[in-house]
Amino acid sequence: MTTRALPDDADAASPASMGAASRPLFDWLFGVAVLAMVAAFVRAVYFTPIEALQGAAQKIYYVHVSAALSAYLALGIVALMSIVYLWLRDERADRLAESAGEVALVFLTAVLTTGPLWGKPIWGTWWTWDARLTLTLFLWFLTAGYLVLRGAVDDPSMRARYSAVIGILAALLIPFIHLSVYLFNTLHPKPILLKPDKPSMPNEMVVTFVGFFIACALLCVALIRARYRYGVARDVVRAMDAAEEGGE
Amino acid sequence: MKPSLLLSAWFIARKDLAIEFRTRTAFLAVLVFAVLGIATFYFAWDATAVAAIDLAPGVLWVIFTFSGLLSLQRSFGVELADRAMDALLLAPIDREAIFLGKALANLLFVAGILVVTVPSVALLYNLPLGRTLPILFAIALIAAIGLVAVGTLFSAMAANTRLAELLLPMLSLPFFVPIVYGAAQTTSMLLAGRPVAEAWPFMKILIAFDLVFLTACTLTFPYILEE
Amino acid sequence: MTHVLEADGLTRSFGGRRAVHGVTLELDAGECLALFGPNGAGKTTLLRLLAGLLKPTAGTARINGQLLRGDATARAQVGFISHQSMLYGALTVRENVELAARLYGVREPTAAAAQALSEMRVLDRAESAVRALSRGLQQRVSIARAMVHRPRVLLLDEPYAGLDPLGAATLTEMLARLRGDGATLVLVTHNIAEGLDVATQAAVMHRGRVVRRERREELDVGSYADAYRELVGGVT
Repeated sequence: MTTRALPDDADAASPASMGAASRPLFDWLFGVAVLAMVAAFVRAVYFTPIEALQGAAQKIYYVHVSAALSAYLALGIVALMSIVYLWLRDERADRLAESAGEVALVFLTAVLTTGPLWGKPIWGTWWTWDARLTLTLFLWFLTAGYLVLRGAVDDPSMRARYSAVIGILAALLIPFIHLSVYLFNTLHPKPILLKPDKPSMPNEMVVTFVGFFIACALLCVALIRARYRYGVARDVVRAMDAAEEGGE
Repeated sequence: MKPSLLLSAWFIARKDLAIEFRTRTAFLAVLVFAVLGIATFYFAWDATAVAAIDLAPGVLWVIFTFSGLLSLQRSFGVELADRAMDALLLAPIDREAIFLGKALANLLFVAGILVVTVPSVALLYNLPLGRTLPILFAIALIAAIGLVAVGTLFSAMAANTRLAELLLPMLSLPFFVPIVYGAAQTTSMLLAGRPVAEAWPFMKILIAFDLVFLTACTLTFPYILEE
Repeated sequence: MTHVLEADGLTRSFGGRRAVHGVTLELDAGECLALFGPNGAGKTTLLRLLAGLLKPTAGTARINGQLLRGDATARAQVGFISHQSMLYGALTVRENVELAARLYGVREPTAAAAQALSEMRVLDRAESAVRALSRGLQQRVSIARAMVHRPRVLLLDEPYAGLDPLGAATLTEMLARLRGDGATLVLVTHNIAEGLDVATQAAVMHRGRVVRRERREELDVGSYADAYRELVGGVT
């Protein structure tokens, strides 16, 4: 096999996806997101006051909550794209769900790592079966299961259908898990920022948090986008290989 | 001409039960597994620290979930062996009927396991069941419907993948958490002699789970079959 | 006008690889298409598309003008015999065929099953578990299962494989009778002489496409096998 011939009228390699090959190597969005993350870290560590009660550990809050919200954003994309796929059968929806699922797992892992790190000094325990932590743990399990399933199916359209069904069912499951765990007593601090009256955090901390959240969400979107582009390129290569194998 | 949804589901369920009855080994193996699991838990139990009444509901529902998984594992094996599934897909019946038929057969299979496991737990852990037995069975059946609905769908999916034996538990167990939780809480309340009304919030979770997932799984099943 | 079996631009890809590519066919009542082609040519995929088991990537398959996908009444008119027996090994021969009769809503399932089994000369084994039968007998049961609802269109994927001479003769006799009754057949086979024997149309598939198709009276039976070998590159 020397050179790959382009399929004459390959349906898997639409003109839009063929464009991927000619894109520049530098991903500007990713660059911006990384710079924003660095800036947010610097501000959180050096230019934000230390909280009086919790001490330096409180700063984990910025990472923890931002990562959690970004993970929810990514999971929302998975659930939405699952419905869109079963409805329109557009392979782009499936690829987006796949990309968002992988990125969600990264952010969920960050949440589950930073949670105990914060919990040990503040709550005095690494792990507690509190409602939101438990929900995150199960989101992690569900996302991991979703990705394992994706890896275990070879046929692309079957993989897309199966994972879309799991995506939808998992979205239906979340209220049940939340309700189950919520009936236990919960230790988790109530949202400080989203109170209906004034935020109880000092202004400087609010700015740091909002900045951190924007950086994190930007990173999340940049990662999904990069992963999606990889998916496009991979599918183009596969379509070429398949066309070659089919002798077209 | 074409048989109704429920009638064709019944034909399929009856066929599965006939196969099960003919072979029997799967059912007996799952029963032995369940009782063995219950007995094994006994040796991990410090009777002086935890009262039987506190431990037993957990043992019952964890073992029930795992033996349920074992029995669901084989559900689509019979269909794929000689591609008998194709014959079901060719027939002029609704895809939903295939799901309901398979789920009904699985429900009866799992109910058969319950008939043995509930008394076994009561016997081995010396539980004062008595009058609570019928209501315990009723709750078990409500819990089993949700378990079987999700399990049947996932079993159909897992059977078509590599990693089938691993994937079914991995996908199903998070879905079984609300079931295990609701059923175990209700069971402990009943065993503690509390009125049934107190367990109502947990039973509501179970019933809502059944309604949501029986509907969702029936509606999404055709997407699993389509090739 | 509408034909009994009609395929228009039927195409199916598996992950970018096109197994069947733009196949167009039309068959009327009483016709039989013999379909030849080397392994991997897409014959089985084409039959599964015509049976409604696979969803086409493009194009349509119709039975009497009705789209096959999602239409139960169109599906009810099709019978399909594949490589796999599609039988439950643990059940008896009778139970398997009766189940099929019930799922097709046949009015008297027990009588219909017995009738189909006796036509395939396996009625005497009706109470045996399918698992206990030889490959050839299983194939006969499989054929009985596919015909118990008297399909108007019968798709056969190498039905002669595994049959003994008596079984093969029974099948040929049955196919002739079905055609006489106005059924439409598609027969996939590697045996060119056998296929041409019963066919009214012959077609050759190669790499997902129908590369040659003509009516039986238009082709030269003597040279067909050689022409076929040349067409698909010497492999059969």
